Amino acid sequence: MTGHDHDHDDHHHDHGHDHSHDHGHVHGDAHTAPPSPMAARVKAIEALAVAKGLVDPATLDLIIDTYETRVGPRNGARVVARAWTDPAYKARLLADATAAIAELGYTGRQGEDMVALENTGQVHNMVVCTLCSCYPWTVLGLPPVWYKSAPYRSRAVLDPRGVLAEFGCTLGDDVEVRVWDSTAELRYLVLPERPAGTDDWTEDQLAGIVTRDAMIGVSRIAPQAGAPAMAEG
Amino acid sequence: MNGAQDLGGMMGFGPIGIEADEPMFHAAWEARALAVTLAVGFLGRWSIDEARHARESLPPPVYLTSSYYEIWTRGLETLIRRHGLATSAELETGQPDPAAPALPADLKPAPGPDAAAAILARGSSARRADARPPRFTIGDRVRVRDINTPAHTRAPRYVRGRVGEIVRLHGGFVFPDTGASGAGEQPQACYAVRFAARDLWGETAHPRDCVHADLWDDHLEPAA
Repeated sequence: MTGHDHDHDDHHHDHGHDHSHDHGHVHGDAHTAPPSPMAARVKAIEALAVAKGLVDPATLDLIIDTYETRVGPRNGARVVARAWTDPAYKARLLADATAAIAELGYTGRQGEDMVALENTGQVHNMVVCTLCSCYPWTVLGLPPVWYKSAPYRSRAVLDPRGVLAEFGCTLGDDVEVRVWDSTAELRYLVLPERPAGTDDWTEDQLAGIVTRDAMIGVSRIAPQAGAPAMAEG
Repeated sequence: MNGAQDLGGMMGFGPIGIEADEPMFHAAWEARALAVTLAVGFLGRWSIDEARHARESLPPPVYLTSSYYEIWTRGLETLIRRHGLATSAELETGQPDPAAPALPADLKPAPGPDAAAAILARGSSARRADARPPRFTIGDRVRVRDINTPAHTRAPRYVRGRVGEIVRLHGGFVFPDTGASGAGEQPQACYAVRFAARDLWGETAHPRDCVHADLWDDHLEPAA
């Protein structure tokens, strides 16, 4: 499963200023707003901010381009694959995640201070922000809607096993579930268990199977039958 | 603040709503809302804590029926008005009003794309070297103070009054509860505190499970 790829390649938006068109996605939860009034409201704020010199229009495009094309879960997948293949790197990651992640060039906003949590056969870590939507942008990009939604934020701390089951992840009673509520300016990255069947894989091949959801800790990475021909990108 | 943002442990919101092949933005305006919120934030007129408090101060029915970027946008409008960057009428029309009060005299110029790229790459750490030394250490049992304030707090309701154990010393960080209100950063120790799931939720919780929250010195008191 390579559920992180869409965050980079499959969704090129028009970066121009015609934001009157909305994509007609339909969703069954309260966290998708009625588009048109909000589109008008945001357009008014943007026009006003530009007119008053509060923002540079080129900066707006730079911000969107950064999170649409440059920062996403592939960064985190690279960190995980390195940790799986380099024991010294893994030790540095678990001791000082901020520095170890910066070694690979991933620094910046919403990743200033990082903590890595190792999953094992006995311990399963999962991350939530019950108070807003804190998320490690530098290694995972912008969060998916479900991570920011009331269902996940309310239940992850109360019923983590029920939440995990919704993601298809069923854990035995012998496994300890550790939930981490990101209430501070620290961002958590889960280091998933390296799946069986990957002993002779390269770092690139491994990076290709690390999913965003496994790095949030709502899923595990399934055992692999054979090495992929080559991980994408 | 006991607002609608403090969701931990609530029931009734239904399934998680996992979306296959989710797009990064569900509408073009969401991308613009993200960008304009960050870009106006680059002017440095408010902290991330004040911005969070502006969002969580939305009336609960509004908060709970708004999308993520709608909450951001409503919060941004509050901050823009509060800090004298625009009036309500200007926000309504999208046009500067010649009769509006002048912008703050000490306002910095808006960063261009190169400066913005550097800001994003650098981030803005809340870690502070001059923080108060920690009162607790790993293994200490602590109780979360029962904080009920209309101001901002990062101590969620579900841990208040509960006893947990310090499991990580994160170091010194800005204290959001004061950082949000203009009462200063008051940097102090921040800890990961582990709570047994059964100590939070009772007998229906799994006996092996636990929940951690990151809490600051001023949120905690010693527990026997």
